Amino acid sequence: MTDVTAMTATQIAGLVATGAASAVEVTQAHLDRIAAVDGRVNAFLHVDTEGALAAARDIDARRAAGEELGPLAGVPVAVKDVLTTKGVPTTVGSKILEGWRPPYDSTIVERLRAAGTVMLGKTNMDEFAMGSSTEYSAYGPSRNPWDTDRIPGGSGGGSAAALAAYEAPLAIGSDTGGSIRQPGAVTGTVGAKPTYGGTSRYGLVAFSSSLDTPGPCARTVLDAALLHAAIGGHDPRDSTSIPAPVPDVVAAAKLGATGDLSGVRLGIVTEFGGEGAEPGVMATFREAVDTLTKLGAEIVEISCPHFRYALPAYYLIAPSECSSNLARFDGVRFGLRTGDDGNRSLEEVMSLTREAGFGPEVKRRIMLGTYALSSGYYDAYYGQAQKVRTLITRDFTAAFERVDALISPTTPFVAFPLGARTSDPYQMYLADLFTIPSNLYGGPGISVPCGLSEGLPVGLQVMAPTMADDRMYRVAAALESAVGTFTPPAL
Amino acid sequence: MTTTLPAYDEVVARYEPVIGLETHVELGTNTKMWCGCPTDFGGEPNTRVCPVCLGLPGSLPVANKAAIEATVRIGLALNCSIAQWCRFARKNYFYPDMPKNFQISQYDEPLCFDGYLDVEVNGELVRIGIERVHLEEDTGKTLHVGGATGRIHGATESLVDYNRAGIPLVEIVTKPIPGTGALAPEVARAYVTELRDVIRSLGVSDVRMEEGSLRCDVNTSLNLPGEEWGTRTETKNVNSLRSVERAVRSEMLRQAAVLGAGGRITQETRHFHEDTGDTTPGRSKETATDYRYFPEPDLVPLAPDPAWVAELKAALPELPRLHRRRLQEAWGLSDADMQSVLNAGAVELIEATVAAGATPAAARKWWLGELSRRANETGVELADIGATPAQVAELQGLVDAGKLNDKLARTVLEGVVTGEGSPTEIMTARGLEVVSDTGALTAAVDEAIAANPAIADKVRSGKVAAAGALVGAVMKTTRGQADAQTVRTLILERLGAQG
Ligand SMILES: [Zn+2]
Repeated sequence: MTDVTAMTATQIAGLVATGAASAVEVTQAHLDRIAAVDGRVNAFLHVDTEGALAAARDIDARRAAGEELGPLAGVPVAVKDVLTTKGVPTTVGSKILEGWRPPYDSTIVERLRAAGTVMLGKTNMDEFAMGSSTEYSAYGPSRNPWDTDRIPGGSGGGSAAALAAYEAPLAIGSDTGGSIRQPGAVTGTVGAKPTYGGTSRYGLVAFSSSLDTPGPCARTVLDAALLHAAIGGHDPRDSTSIPAPVPDVVAAAKLGATGDLSGVRLGIVTEFGGEGAEPGVMATFREAVDTLTKLGAEIVEISCPHFRYALPAYYLIAPSECSSNLARFDGVRFGLRTGDDGNRSLEEVMSLTREAGFGPEVKRRIMLGTYALSSGYYDAYYGQAQKVRTLITRDFTAAFERVDALISPTTPFVAFPLGARTSDPYQMYLADLFTIPSNLYGGPGISVPCGLSEGLPVGLQVMAPTMADDRMYRVAAALESAVGTFTPPAL
Repeated sequence: MTTTLPAYDEVVARYEPVIGLETHVELGTNTKMWCGCPTDFGGEPNTRVCPVCLGLPGSLPVANKAAIEATVRIGLALNCSIAQWCRFARKNYFYPDMPKNFQISQYDEPLCFDGYLDVEVNGELVRIGIERVHLEEDTGKTLHVGGATGRIHGATESLVDYNRAGIPLVEIVTKPIPGTGALAPEVARAYVTELRDVIRSLGVSDVRMEEGSLRCDVNTSLNLPGEEWGTRTETKNVNSLRSVERAVRSEMLRQAAVLGAGGRITQETRHFHEDTGDTTPGRSKETATDYRYFPEPDLVPLAPDPAWVAELKAALPELPRLHRRRLQEAWGLSDADMQSVLNAGAVELIEATVAAGATPAAARKWWLGELSRRANETGVELADIGATPAQVAELQGLVDAGKLNDKLARTVLEGVVTGEGSPTEIMTARGLEVVSDTGALTAAVDEAIAANPAIADKVRSGKVAAAGALVGAVMKTTRGQADAQTVRTLILERLGAQG
């Protein structure tokens, strides 16, 4: 048997289904790989060796009993530490939840189990998903397998690094402003943000409720689509979950893989015309556009005039919601408690706990959001940002009357060196310049590798209308069929 | 406070009060507002909880449809408009009994708004404007252990019970109520009473002030005639109907004293004290918390279907005020008699007793007499006295059938209240049935005549009134089980006297 860790999820599922490999063998191979390389990558915050092997044994037993198993049965998956896992530590990359073992599974994790996947463990992330590099993780940064002195993106850098380092064939991320797509782009992997409400947020530790979207990460578009189909769909426990079936993303990925995009109209956003983006990224993107044209797509330029206000609007809405969502971390019911020495008041203990438990970026955003929601400032900040959000939605709606999907580079720059942007929050925020508009609108977006710039991966983003997730899979799979996948140098 | 309070008459002669009431009602839904946890009282602390009502990371709320329906029905009963589209909002503040450190409530988009409730005060109808009716969630309860007072100061530990966290809570806010003058305290009480009755008639809450399922905050201000309304205070901890009235009166007196001494009223929250009947300051509103309200992003907007609202409206029960008017006529009661029925909290009990077959007069006699007396003595609500309307009707049926006399019926009722069984069971078990066997009675009568020869002679000589003593003797030997009229007839027959 060739190295199973080098295989796609689709290939692994095939091996398990035919009995050519057991789920336990597949799982053990990935656990071995993690043991071998994660010291250098730091993709995982927690490896659930026992749980993974037990789940794998269960799959093997069910297969032996002749049970019909799903298309991803026996495939290992890494889960971003933002999702609750019953009895398995969930930290959200923060000291404030160190040691917390949730009493319940998130819907996504429940569905992963139901699909017969094997959860390897929990992956590293920027604290509370606030960041673009994993450098804001309280447990040290993850490293990019393409160059371990560089960042793997964020906030879901752990999941993306685990894929690029062949520690897992599938991973789950969550995307509030680009936290699935941007890490995908800088690690040469595929990351998809589904339509908001297309995947359940139940059990996703909230950063910004109106933006947070869990989604699939993989090394191929088809694998991402299979994972998307497994975790998506209506969940009555999430009021914002859309009561409609997931668009047929798997069929769309297969259709795209034929390499035919004739009749597909794609729009290039004028406002993403290179300002602030690295020339190498823009050059690689333009080559990919040529490739898409050769595949039959019609390319037009489309102006989305309000996209320029997306970043400031995002940095009012997301911190506002976060300032409220993170209020529950007070040391009273779970997680860290500091200063409870019997002499201090409840307020002091709450205050000391939050002082000790939250990192600087989280505190910065809580303060921003608290300010933006205060009486007398609400209209000028939060209220105004919501208006911008409406205008951005109108830009998308108008664009989708003319084209099937919009395309852009996923992120303005390739993976930057560790430490390069931590001293200037605004430089860090720019990493999400091209991904934030989709979050404000609520539509789906996918990042697919489209080439290399200075030896580092560049991602192309496809943005589609809400509940038309299938369209972006078709375009992404077509591009993948033409440019191939990208493998980093051996670790 | 050492200030001498002015006389109430002087206060209302000089100032005009403006009052306002904010009422919270815990809904009697089976499950909590955002999760499936049960709402019943009495569980061990933190046993009626789940990730959602504990506010655990990652948990999300899902609105309880029954609570929304109950709120819309309350709004409709209070003549409110129902929002066609509205949202929940987060009210942000840190408090340990609030699991998420924000309360899901409604802010500028209440579910029901702009209504009114007519209440009767001294036979006059007063229309109370309703500003809004909205839905929110209750908090948990904090228990401070180790201190002498049960308060946080001096406590060694604070324990929190989240069983009540997330119980649906409806807030009903009146518009300011000016122009009630000296009647302000009574208007306040009449409003809360009527509101309680309306909500009870809807069957959406048990609205018990004593148990906290109905809670009331009272706003009061005073102004000189022709001048702008004064600064208002908000009085909390008002836990009974009587306290509503006392709290308004007490606050009017206090404010008049402050104003009379040239002082100014501070806008603040005050706490009412049941024992002393006065209020003391709580936190000042001038340094009020900024709640940073914003629309709850975890919930979708509410858009009640107008057809559904119309259905609910059509199915509303009769308003308690009109219902009472109808009962008063049917029972043939004067206003004063009806008022005593109301004061005793006996309207529904009498109604049910009549429905079970008793006459209105008999039903009223039992509930306002023997049972009210017991309720007062033991300090329980009349409805909780232990006798049901059906049992009272059954008891009266036994009296009407001649099986029990009044005295025996009281004894049987005693047994009903203490849970011995139904009136018939108790009568049989304790052998309390009226003795109507003439043979046995005749023997008792002869015995009494033999034992009291002097009295017997008096009766024989025509002093019929003296027979009462012999009747008493017979009743004594039969332990009250004889019918007094029958005994009297037998005695007169035996002694050859004419009744
Ligand atoms: Zn619950």
